[in-house]
Amino acid sequence: MYVPIGVSWGLILSALILWSLLAFASLFIPKVPRIAPLIFPLGALGALGVAVAGLLALHGPPVATVSPLGLPGLPFHGRLDALSGLFLVLFGLTTVAISLDLTGYRAREHYPVAARIGVQYHILLVSLTLVFVAADAYSFLIAWEAMALSSYLLVVTDHRTSAARRAGFLYILIEHIGALAIVAAFAILIAQTPVGTPLSYTFTALQARHPDPTIAGLVFLLAFFGFGAKAGLVPLHVWLPQAHPVAPSPISALLSSVLLKAGIYGLLRVAFIVLPTPAPWWGLTVLTVGLLTALLGALSSAVQSDMKRLLAYSSVENIGLITAAIGLALLFSAYGLKALAALALIAALYHCLNHAFFKGLLFLGTGSVLHATGERNLGRLGGLIHRMPKTALLMLIGTLAIAGVPPLNGFVSEWLTLQSFLKATALPRPYLAMGIPLGAALIALVAGLAGYVMVKFYGIVFLGRPREAGLAHAVESGPFERAGLGLLALLCLALGLWPAGVIALIRPAARLLTGADAPITVGYAGARVGVAHAGYAPVVLWVAFGVIACTAILMLRARSGRAARRATVWNCGHPLVGARMQDTAEGFGQPIRNIFTAFLAVRRRLPAPDDLTPRYGSVVEDRFWENLYRPAARGFETIFIWTAALRPRRIAISLMFVLATLIVLLALAP
Amino acid sequence: MIMNLVVRQVVQVLFVIVAAPLLAGWIRQCRAWLANRVGAGLLQPYRELSKLLRKQPIVAHEASVLFVATPYILFTTMVVAGAMVPMITTRLPLAGAADVIALAGVFALARIFAALAAMDLGTAFGSMGARRAMLVGFLAEPALLMVLFTPALISGSTSLVVIVRQLAHHGAMLYPSMAFAAAAYVMVTLAENARLPVDNPDTHLELTMIHEAMNLEYSGRYLALIEWASAIKLFVYIGIGAALFFPWGITQSHGLAALPMAYALLVAKLAAAGGGLAVIETLFAKLRLFRVPEFLGTAFLLAVLGLLVRYLFGH
Repeated sequence: MYVPIGVSWGLILSALILWSLLAFASLFIPKVPRIAPLIFPLGALGALGVAVAGLLALHGPPVATVSPLGLPGLPFHGRLDALSGLFLVLFGLTTVAISLDLTGYRAREHYPVAARIGVQYHILLVSLTLVFVAADAYSFLIAWEAMALSSYLLVVTDHRTSAARRAGFLYILIEHIGALAIVAAFAILIAQTPVGTPLSYTFTALQARHPDPTIAGLVFLLAFFGFGAKAGLVPLHVWLPQAHPVAPSPISALLSSVLLKAGIYGLLRVAFIVLPTPAPWWGLTVLTVGLLTALLGALSSAVQSDMKRLLAYSSVENIGLITAAIGLALLFSAYGLKALAALALIAALYHCLNHAFFKGLLFLGTGSVLHATGERNLGRLGGLIHRMPKTALLMLIGTLAIAGVPPLNGFVSEWLTLQSFLKATALPRPYLAMGIPLGAALIALVAGLAGYVMVKFYGIVFLGRPREAGLAHAVESGPFERAGLGLLALLCLALGLWPAGVIALIRPAARLLTGADAPITVGYAGARVGVAHAGYAPVVLWVAFGVIACTAILMLRARSGRAARRATVWNCGHPLVGARMQDTAEGFGQPIRNIFTAFLAVRRRLPAPDDLTPRYGSVVEDRFWENLYRPAARGFETIFIWTAALRPRRIAISLMFVLATLIVLLALAP
Repeated sequence: MIMNLVVRQVVQVLFVIVAAPLLAGWIRQCRAWLANRVGAGLLQPYRELSKLLRKQPIVAHEASVLFVATPYILFTTMVVAGAMVPMITTRLPLAGAADVIALAGVFALARIFAALAAMDLGTAFGSMGARRAMLVGFLAEPALLMVLFTPALISGSTSLVVIVRQLAHHGAMLYPSMAFAAAAYVMVTLAENARLPVDNPDTHLELTMIHEAMNLEYSGRYLALIEWASAIKLFVYIGIGAALFFPWGITQSHGLAALPMAYALLVAKLAAAGGGLAVIETLFAKLRLFRVPEFLGTAFLLAVLGLLVRYLFGH
């Protein structure tokens, strides 16, 4: 039975009810268009409530509840602890911005499309909230599945194009392969219940099981596979670059910012809370997969020419960085270095927040560009800083944030990650203490590549001259879109400027997962965070920047006050002929294709000498299609053909097979 | 006490700004001597800067705000970086605001702005330079990090102040691991500062230039700021190298009495480093662009060797 339990649950329940009502109300948009403008702003209000509830949960004691819903004897359990709280904050704040953007998006869509998005989007929000607060395997899996299905429907919003249908199918397929692994993981854990005790599905009961190391390892591997499929870890990342371009941009933002983090959340929940102390090989596996994912994501995003596909691969890269830090935390934890595990986890969770905010910002901004120009191909954009100056400024913040440069937020988590990699020398095994700092070099390479990719992205879309005549008619995005972008840009600035405050928020979650406090010190009245006597104080950097820049400007004005003269471009004396002579996205990909040939499958197309209509081209494909998925598909096909040959023509023989299977199973049962 | 700190800080910033062009002039003069030329004298960079500052700048019609703002951003980031490196004294108020990783981040910020500004006008040379500069930048990043890890492991911190304090105690004995790291650092410095054999600062040959290709459209005071920023960048890189590998003479006391000696030692270190740079630039030819990954890969491996020596032998 339900008992009233405090403000945070109250806020979450009201948001859930509000969103359910909004989903229902959206059905009537085509009939009663008057309600349309209200749907998404109200949704944003609910998201704000969830964010506040998450903030409250971060510092309060964990609050559990049992909902009256569910099957008889199988109620839904809910629990708000620091980990749930942190992900609710991430989810809530990002969703406020996305709902605001959808308000503008809705206004220019047809009513049936707006209605469909309204229904599915709010169902997705409800199921995401439930994923983050579920406290038993049963309700978690129901929420997980609801999240998968509603997000699938959103991905295929544009279901009349075959690209969207194919991408949606791939998404739901990988999603379900992952979900099967998660079901298996929970089932194995539940089967560890000692004989005589009632079966219990709650995470607290599963935590008390203490399975032996082999079983725990198996459960961990299954969970890592399942949640990795959701988060987009190599080699299960292939759905991201397909699904993101076809989904509406606000939905891409939600996919990248929040849904991928649901995979991270599940991994953290199972690996650190439900399962006992990890074995070293867990951490090493997660670390290796994470680093590989980060490198492949960064390299692949550098060679893309579709804006949203580029950003999707960049999400793969960021998820890889987060996973690598989690792997390091598992490794520290396996050797009992709990404080260092907390440090690595704070780095991972900080990066989760950062990625949610800057990737949300970039996807929403891409949506504005897409709306203004109708173009996703980098080769047909350019010069938009003159047509959309406000969007361009906000996107510049997102670009610098994701490139990981101070004083923005991406740098803080990079810094923390590198600091925790440096601490790997504390590990008792020499090969680990020597090998893991090399992982830090890989992270530095990935961070540098991210800068390269973002210069390509921003430079080609917003700078230079418009590559198509149609771009001259591009218009600035609307006020709601700008509000969404502005909110996320502000969050990026805040997380970059006040790391001590953010770390104070994350600390309880890291403490919950590791049982220890990270050795991060705070100084300069909260402006500086420090690890091992080394510190970083972004506010001080900003002030120094400001003082020196102002002095430089004032002194130069006093000395040479002559205003600049406007003239045509010099370009070493060559006249500029046509905007298509500018560097292209493919040009930016060329050095990467040349240097990292081993990682990318490049097909070049060069004309023969006698070709009358010469065409040059190069197509870059994910190596995993050619080396893993296509052979796997062929293998399955062969198996199906064999089994089809076995299939009897008469029903009686089929029934015999069923009986035989049953007898075999009964014989095998203990 | 506070006044003392502020004075130290302001004096160091002014010293970095004023002395950086002199370093550039010294390197050019050394190269001239090595090539048996007379050279333009140590003060030539100041004459050039003052000429550029007097001239009226010309800005293309297509330029956006980013184009005009970038020279100021470059100059400012380099000065801020110079303010945070303990080159003369470890008692520097701003030195605690950023460790070596953050310093590398500040340089990355400048590099990204320079590249974006180069793409602003949509000229082929500009974006070619931007692409190449970013390429060299991200290839140098892992090598730089590995170089920084060796002293960070010895001293247990990535803070330059702590590194200087720890290493200065060891007197004139150089760690073998640090010798590897120092060699790698020299290579990274050459790449990051667009020096030979990665880039030639003295030519404007369209097909090979990297750094200069990004500045083609700048003139007047904007160009002056960019040139000045490049000079400061080289100065700061040498300053970081001095702090990491030759920390002797960097004063750790509160008093002002040791400062003149520290300044004199810094000047000596800079002069030696500048002379060495000139020798390297005279001896080596420019590499083809696609040999640069090998060059930086070598730097990376040297740094890793340093790290391994540190682990295996504890030196």
